[in-house]
Amino acid sequence: MYKNFFRYLISAIFLLGFSVNSNADFKVGFVYVGPTGDHGWTFQHHEGRNAVEAAGIKTTFVESVPEGADAERVIRQLAQSGHDLIFTTSFGYMDPTNKVAKDFPNVKFEHATGYKREHSNVSTYSARFYEGRTLLGHIAGKMTKTNTIGYIASFPIPEVIRGINAMTLAAQKVNPNIKTKIVWVFTWYDPGKEAEAAQALIDQGADVIMQHTDSTAPVQTAEKAGVWSFGQASDMQRFAPKSILTSIIDDWAPYYVERAIAARDGTWNQQDTWHGLKEGMVAMGPYNSAMGADLVKEVEQLQKDLASGKVHSFTGPIYDQKGNILVAEGKVADDGMLAGMSVYVKGVEGDIPK
Amino acid sequence: MVPLIKIEKRNDVPMALYFFTPFIAIILTILGGGIIFYILGFNPIEALKFYFITPISNLYGLSELLLKATPLCLIAIGLSFCFKSNNWNIGAEGQLTFGAIVGGGVALLFYNQEGFYILPLVILAGAIGGMIFALIPAILKTYFNTNEILVSLMLVYVSKLLLDYLVVGPWSNPEGFNFPETRQFSDSSRMPLLFEGLRIHAGIFLALAAVMLSWFVLYKTYLGFQIKVSGLSLKTAKYAGFKGNTMILVVFMISGACAGLAGVGEITGPIGQLHRMISPDYGFTAIIVAFLGRLNPFGIIFASLVVALTYLGAETAQIFLQIPKYTGQVFQGMILFFLLASDYLLFFKVKILSLKKNELRH
Repeated sequence: MYKNFFRYLISAIFLLGFSVNSNADFKVGFVYVGPTGDHGWTFQHHEGRNAVEAAGIKTTFVESVPEGADAERVIRQLAQSGHDLIFTTSFGYMDPTNKVAKDFPNVKFEHATGYKREHSNVSTYSARFYEGRTLLGHIAGKMTKTNTIGYIASFPIPEVIRGINAMTLAAQKVNPNIKTKIVWVFTWYDPGKEAEAAQALIDQGADVIMQHTDSTAPVQTAEKAGVWSFGQASDMQRFAPKSILTSIIDDWAPYYVERAIAARDGTWNQQDTWHGLKEGMVAMGPYNSAMGADLVKEVEQLQKDLASGKVHSFTGPIYDQKGNILVAEGKVADDGMLAGMSVYVKGVEGDIPK
Repeated sequence: MVPLIKIEKRNDVPMALYFFTPFIAIILTILGGGIIFYILGFNPIEALKFYFITPISNLYGLSELLLKATPLCLIAIGLSFCFKSNNWNIGAEGQLTFGAIVGGGVALLFYNQEGFYILPLVILAGAIGGMIFALIPAILKTYFNTNEILVSLMLVYVSKLLLDYLVVGPWSNPEGFNFPETRQFSDSSRMPLLFEGLRIHAGIFLALAAVMLSWFVLYKTYLGFQIKVSGLSLKTAKYAGFKGNTMILVVFMISGACAGLAGVGEITGPIGQLHRMISPDYGFTAIIVAFLGRLNPFGIIFASLVVALTYLGAETAQIFLQIPKYTGQVFQGMILFFLLASDYLLFFKVKILSLKKNELRH
């Protein structure tokens, strides 16, 4: 009898607390640029969504939303249909996100990789992927026999150029003769084009291939050709088990869970987040045993030092292609310089497309 | 060997039935969609409601429907001229893109300038751009006897690559951190909105004007008569002394201009700038619209609304029920399939011959 009474009391308190502290109707929406099964960019955002769902928060997603006129309607529909927090996970949603945010001041918006926060309910977030590139550069510099690293690049935006530079600087540190060859494919996701680019780089003597695009085609091409490669965005090891040395993994889950809980509990505020290895937004896949125990140890130490801030990816002296100094000896590049990076460092071949 | 099924052409196809079959196709598509939803484990009635009713249950939804239908209708109207006269222009997507490039170029030229004449200039430039791009397959067809299907299709990729080049390189926004997009156009080259807070813009009047004009040209002019006769029988057209080549050039120009207008409507309307994703393949989807509308101007209005709804429905169904968004493409495919199938049954008789039992045995 008493037992039952207490049970009711406890559940009543629990229910009361539940209805006061949190909103049972609280919902989070996600807008994806690709299909959830792309095994790259969108796949990782979807994993983040799964984590939010696992934390007991209702979520909705819309996949393959073109970055044109349709994006605004999808974002607006999510806002209208009772979603309290909306993650728009591609750069092309920047203007539509801000436009809808203006009309829905009570809904919170989180835009990935953008730079516009025109209203107080818009936050932006991105990851310091370049820290992962530093690790790849170190590995590539040690593993290459031809001293040529092939890089499949998407668009000449600061994020991509930053990755190329971070990788090249780290590779030069362990191997001064390194050359970085780049193929621009002008797409984020096109398996055919990416595979062709990988093959072209291999034909030019690159024996390490890395990509700033989202499909698994480059690592599969590398596997077939018997050269090294690195996974991008998600752990791509199972697509090229021999070739992949490690992967840069975008882990959005902790951020998404944190922000969703903050929005639910009313502690959400506008931010511009740029997290890296330290916070775990950038993580590394398993290291290939072909690297040898010594190199794995070195890289793991470097990973720790990057996370702790002891080592910075852009530590001077850094020179541009013409030999002008970009970062003085003993200095590190500040976030403003990183955010607007638009020149190659010395050792990268070719010009940035204009 | 004894044929068991015999197919015969019907001689007297009633016109009323010809215009009725699109409705049959739509009903069959809805039924087919319901079955697919059921197999996927959703309540089919609820799913169909989210697909076809929820998206247009408020003013915003209706505005979005018209916004989406506008480019489809414009392009399909243009294509109807080509298709009616047996010219297979498959490259409307390329003409749309090139029109947007030329129109967008003019808009950028007048960046930060005021003037009532700017928007009309931008629109005109878009139409001319589409027209010029459509003339390429037309000229190659008339003077070099090339296949217009292949040429117009391949030119789609040419225009998309050109757009890529421009937005990455010379036309990219100087303050845009090298992201592949141009500046936002000034208000003087944006389509005026019809209602505050809704995205439906003045471009819809271009589509309606195109519908009226095309009806007039197709049914009330000598050119329209030529187009129809050529479509029914090229030999008859030649015998009647029609100048085939001029007509081919004209229908391609009309078609290209319409696609160019659709492109310029998108970039001066909801998008407001040039970037790589100005059209989710409107130029290809409009081919379905043109046939679903029976190449008739008023039929095309109806068809463009139906097909636009499949886009909106796919989004709503994913938001509310998490049904994969690709069902939208399945619906578009089903509409075309059922339309072609019912056309086949309309124009051909299928006779199943009765055979005696012992004849079946060998």
